[in-house]
Amino acid sequence: MAVIKVQRKSLTLVERTYFPQVFGALMTTLKHFLGPAETMEYPEQRPAIPAHYRGVPTLVMDPNGREKCVSCQLCEFVCPPKAIRITPGSIPEGAPNAEVEKAPKAFDIDMLRCIYCGLCEEVCPEEAIFLQKQYSMSGYSRAEMVNHKDRLYELGGTLPDKHFKWEVKKKAEKAANEGGGHA
Amino acid sequence: MPEHFLGLHPAVLAVLKGVAVVIVIFPVAAACSMAERKVCAWIQGRPGPNRALPPLLAWVPGIWILQRLGLFHLAADGAKFLFKEEPLPDHVHKFYYVLAPVVAMVPAFTTVTVVPFGAFIGPAGEPVPLMLANVDVGILAVFAVASLGIYSLILAGWASNSKYPFLGGIRASAQLISYELSMTLSVLPVFLWVNAPGTAGTLSLARAVEYQGGAWFVFTMPVSALIFAIALFAETNRQPFDMPESEADLVGGFHTEYGAFKWSLFFVAEYANMIVGSAVFTLLFLGGWNILPGVPLASLVLFLHRATGSLLWLHPLAQGILSTLIFVGKVFTLIFIFMWVRWTVPRFRYDQVMKLGWQKLLPLSVVNLLAYTLGIALLQH
Repeated sequence: MAVIKVQRKSLTLVERTYFPQVFGALMTTLKHFLGPAETMEYPEQRPAIPAHYRGVPTLVMDPNGREKCVSCQLCEFVCPPKAIRITPGSIPEGAPNAEVEKAPKAFDIDMLRCIYCGLCEEVCPEEAIFLQKQYSMSGYSRAEMVNHKDRLYELGGTLPDKHFKWEVKKKAEKAANEGGGHA
Repeated sequence: MPEHFLGLHPAVLAVLKGVAVVIVIFPVAAACSMAERKVCAWIQGRPGPNRALPPLLAWVPGIWILQRLGLFHLAADGAKFLFKEEPLPDHVHKFYYVLAPVVAMVPAFTTVTVVPFGAFIGPAGEPVPLMLANVDVGILAVFAVASLGIYSLILAGWASNSKYPFLGGIRASAQLISYELSMTLSVLPVFLWVNAPGTAGTLSLARAVEYQGGAWFVFTMPVSALIFAIALFAETNRQPFDMPESEADLVGGFHTEYGAFKWSLFFVAEYANMIVGSAVFTLLFLGGWNILPGVPLASLVLFLHRATGSLLWLHPLAQGILSTLIFVGKVFTLIFIFMWVRWTVPRFRYDQVMKLGWQKLLPLSVVNLLAYTLGIALLQH
């Protein structure tokens, strides 16, 4: 194996006293001493959260105010730490969105179990569950750390919808019933 | 009023002076610990402690300034140290374990009494120093008493009966012995210069200040000042020489086994030592209470008297306050430099500390002493 001899410069007398280095270091720290603080004063100042951030999972409504979850339970099924528990319920006949048939009666996410993996968001066929911007979550008891359905909708709010899947379906069905064929 | 005060029984006088030292130095040393945290924070680009505010005081306008400076954290810390549990580990030598923090405090506070902190112009035009105990031996008293402080570290290290405190105590003793030599040798040229032949011999610190009415000794004896400053860092166990504490390799060093108020006594003693050290450096090399090189106190007072036309400046009390402010300003600047260096320079390794002390500083201080002895002999004959 080839041995490469590295030439090391020996220190000059001035360098060996350390004083130039110490003086330079003092100037560097003085610059920081006089400069502004780099940190954020957390509870009063919050960092800007990017749009793709994976925070606390939430349930969302579509712009018409319809709850998007159809309680298919895919998220409950895929959730690695089993943090999601859904009790399916049905939408009564005659309701404006009766064609959807099902909605969750109860939807609980145990945030002590959630690992923020985002698989629920990925698996959801209805685009009803999203990991949004909330990054801090605290409570005084285990019970407080479980997000129930109303809390999940409160956190989630309304997100824009690209498809309006059920409206399109309903319209198509209506058109088929009236004139036959596809609209 | 002063006559009345001086007419008191010496014992009463001594108690009063003692109380004065405690009630001044204790809060100032504690405030230094807060200043240390703030300086550290600012150097590291943080805001530092700035939250605590007693709800009772929240209505006071402008109180947020004190809050941002972390002053109430200081009070909270002090109260915490007083009220938390005093642990007394089972394996320690109890008497000496409790004694050690007291031994740390006593020399730290005693040296304060022999340090002059201001002066006024006496009736004959000579500056009269302000100090609590006007002893003739001056610098010797400071050195003699300050070096007793080392016993507290050794005692704490040994009484803790635990390996890291023990190693800390051993390092402390070795380090202090090594640097005390160079420190004393670096001061000798100053007193050689002050004690010109034909004048009454003195080791008084006030006399050294009086002598610096012209050029300060930091300019005429830069090498002495440098050695003294480096030795001061080592003697007060400040970074980059904080071998006795050295938390990376010795957990907490000599005070590993200490907690609560006993620990805070060590802490206050460290800052009190720093204050006294900075004060002695100011007196010996930075012209004490002379505002600028070449402007002694008497000229400053005369100038102020002529400039403002006020007789106030001729009053001893005003002169005393003015000189004390100048002196305290210099001391605090030095303390800031102590902190600034602490958060800049990394800690030396133990062998580097020993090498620097014995192989570099000691020969340098001996050569420095010889050079100035010859120089002063040639100049004054």
